Amino acid sequence: MQEINKEKKPLIVAFCCNWCSYAGADLAGSSRLSYPADVKIIRVPCSCRVNPMFILKAFQRGADGVIICGCHPGDCHYTTGNYYARRRMSLLFSMLDYLGIERERTRVEWVSAAEGAKFSKVMNEFASKINELGENKRLEDLRCKN
Amino acid sequence: MQKIGVFVCWCGSNIAATVDVKKVAEVLKAEPGVVISENYQYMCSENGQALIRNAIKEHGLTGVVVCSCSPRMHEATFRKTCESAGLNPYMVEIANIREQCSWIHKDIEEATEKAIILGRSAIAKLKLNAPLTSGESAVVKRALVIGGGIAGIQSALDIAEAGFEVDIVEQSPTIGGNMAKLDKTFPTLDCAACILTPKMVDCAQNEKIDIMTFSEIESVKGFVGNFKVQIRRKARFVDEKKCTGCGECMQKCPSKKGLNDFNMGLNTRPAIYIPFAQAIPNVAIIDPEQCLKIKNGKCGLCAMKCNVNAIDYTQKDEIIEREYGAIVVATGYKPISLENFNEYGYSSYKDVVTSLELERLMNAAGPSDGHLVRPSDHKEPKVITFIQCVGSRDTSGCGKPYCSKICCMYTAKHAMLIREKYPDTEVHVFYIDVRTPGKNYDEFFRRAVEQYGVDYIKGMVGKVYEENGKLMVQGSDLINNEQVVIPSDLVVLAAAIEPNPSVRNIATMVTASIDTNNFLTEAHAKLRPVESPTAGIFLSGVCQGPKDIPETVSQASACAAKVIGLLAKDKLKCNACVSHSDEMLCTGCSVCANVCPYGAITYVDKEFRLGGGKTEVRRVATVNDAVCQGCGACTVACPSGAMDLKGFSNKQIMAEVDAICKR
Amino acid sequence: MEKNEIVRLVKERSGTDARKCMKCGKCSGRCPAYHDMDIKPHQFVSYIEKGEIDKLMQSKSLYTCLSCFACVERCPRGVAPANVIEAVRQEVIRQQGGNKIMAETVPSMIDETIPQQLLVSMFRKLNK
Repeated sequence: MQEINKEKKPLIVAFCCNWCSYAGADLAGSSRLSYPADVKIIRVPCSCRVNPMFILKAFQRGADGVIICGCHPGDCHYTTGNYYARRRMSLLFSMLDYLGIERERTRVEWVSAAEGAKFSKVMNEFASKINELGENKRLEDLRCKN
Repeated sequence: MQKIGVFVCWCGSNIAATVDVKKVAEVLKAEPGVVISENYQYMCSENGQALIRNAIKEHGLTGVVVCSCSPRMHEATFRKTCESAGLNPYMVEIANIREQCSWIHKDIEEATEKAIILGRSAIAKLKLNAPLTSGESAVVKRALVIGGGIAGIQSALDIAEAGFEVDIVEQSPTIGGNMAKLDKTFPTLDCAACILTPKMVDCAQNEKIDIMTFSEIESVKGFVGNFKVQIRRKARFVDEKKCTGCGECMQKCPSKKGLNDFNMGLNTRPAIYIPFAQAIPNVAIIDPEQCLKIKNGKCGLCAMKCNVNAIDYTQKDEIIEREYGAIVVATGYKPISLENFNEYGYSSYKDVVTSLELERLMNAAGPSDGHLVRPSDHKEPKVITFIQCVGSRDTSGCGKPYCSKICCMYTAKHAMLIREKYPDTEVHVFYIDVRTPGKNYDEFFRRAVEQYGVDYIKGMVGKVYEENGKLMVQGSDLINNEQVVIPSDLVVLAAAIEPNPSVRNIATMVTASIDTNNFLTEAHAKLRPVESPTAGIFLSGVCQGPKDIPETVSQASACAAKVIGLLAKDKLKCNACVSHSDEMLCTGCSVCANVCPYGAITYVDKEFRLGGGKTEVRRVATVNDAVCQGCGACTVACPSGAMDLKGFSNKQIMAEVDAICKR
Repeated sequence: MEKNEIVRLVKERSGTDARKCMKCGKCSGRCPAYHDMDIKPHQFVSYIEKGEIDKLMQSKSLYTCLSCFACVERCPRGVAPANVIEAVRQEVIRQQGGNKIMAETVPSMIDETIPQQLLVSMFRKLNK
């Protein structure tokens, strides 16, 4: 059995839409704009593909923060996907807040394919915020720990 | 049991310098299901691909994970590799350990750990991948060109030349665009009309080209190969088929006070008019705001005078629907409005004009028949001052942050033409930088300075004010380090250019992406410069970025080549990652159909066996694979969880989340 | 104080990024006090970028600048030459005596020895 990691590093799951934000993350990479390794990106076709279940799952499995990145309003590759995402997430986030997961642990951000610098800035900010908040215990499934 | 192969790429030192690739390969080999784990310097190279192919054959791999650069870069490459080795191309997953790992992290240990996690996540997803096949859809062999300027004309001619039908939709009453307004063109000083109007005539005479002027795009539905476009043909109150363009009506019209748009509002035109002599189509149009008959029912002179009964005051807008395989956006540009630049006095003084207005003032077909006079008193100006970069390279928010690219050259052209035709005229040019890259361009500019004695002053103008009937241009001369005031008769502003405002709406309709300056984004800035990221949408001319005529024409032809390449195909492969509904779970609630931006979801009544010989008819969702673009909006909206997206299924993404969160 | 430190302070107080300047000269083209200046507005921007603070602190332009902010208003790049001039001016004043000027002490300081421009620009600053 693995011991519970004592010096637990924060874990941030970022859902990035394939057309804007994932490309923005690539641009951050090719421009060598660093952000913490705690951020792990999952590629989805569109921010509207992010099922609230995924976020709950992430928190349940011990993620300390979840960020969803999509195209800027009006620029969605699928025209309206990011609007759906925005509405769903604002509902979900207030519910999570109610459950005791701080509002700052969740975030929606619009990053275009040209905004490598913004991507890195957002990730740095978000990671330092999560660091400040510390470990998220609320939804962590105890079974995952051993 | 799945047999997975993991291939870790070094990307030379791009990955290997910060990620311990050998360790990554080693650790991932221990993952359940992985039978082979290799690392190699360049996976995307021929040798690297051969390595993958051999492994597939040798080990009978059922799936491949490549830890390399971004999937946006080489996913397609590795899919093809696997396909050629007999593996379904959708059984490939890429772990992005370059852009999202090695390039942004410096600590080797940290980067290696992250690379392993990303690899695990890709393996977890791959285990749930299913072989996918993409459907096929037919291609409508007809192209739509939006915009009838030189870009649209060139694209349309080239497409028609290859034997495909093309429609040009132009919002103004004639094709020709901005180029038709120009006097001469740099660097050869050909007359713009002499080289453009033959092309316009070619368009009109080409059987494959259908020109719809005074028309706008109303809506665009569909996808590459199968666009359904509604076009609004606005009422011009003149029957296009009957009108012969004789111009009798223009003579008779009593309401002559309309501003002539074609001449940049420098003179007036009647309410019924033909934009200019070589307009295509050469058909009159009535301005309903100005027409006495339409406004208050009294007049009707033009209808009486018309020999062919072409005039119809009751004409209404008409909406037609057509199908296209490809759409070319060639919406062009306009000079920016100068309301934020009051210091130059454009709105206060008649003799402060924009460069495009100067083109009309110098044009033989312009308001002064080519005799350069100032607008206020129709006298010949003796001192002309040009101001460059009016609104270009402006990050203060008043103008545009980019360089408009064409101004340096056309100002040199104007200065040269003026000095040539009126040698006693003094010409000054205030500039920040003179930018003249291009074949014979710098030579052209130097000729203006050296041969024609145009006075170039390095520095910007602070203000323009009137004193004793002169326009005083006060600016910096940074070379001499002094403030200068030049009493001028005419001031010409090189206004920045911006994309035609209609492009925003069009981009939304065709779902093409657009940048913060309203220029359309290309699929790849260097390697796919004439395509939009949205399949089937192509970019021609200034709508993609500032460019001059030679560049516009080359881009328009490049764009046509891409369109021809698309239209030459009989069938297109569709996106394989589409939604599908689990009919056993679907309750037929219609939520998914409502969120679908493409109208890809329809409902059918289907008979289900209940057992015991009983059947039940239920309403269930079906997805049209050819129309679905795979955004996944429906999957989240579906309350019963019946909708899922192939290639990005709920289970797959959950598995990724799990793998990432596993500590 | 060390020279580099003064340059840093002036840059910080001016709140403007001199590197954004593309040397178009529009500030000096617009300046109504241009002819009474030994160092012109556009030169203030380039001198501060080059770190030549001594010349600037001795310049007569500090007291001929009207603080009309025309240069700030017109700059196409969002650089603010007047802010640089004002920051240098403040530095000169601070070095002459006391290092702080409080808003409430300003009225008592109004006399012949203080350049009017300094007061005008300080009021503007303190107003915000």
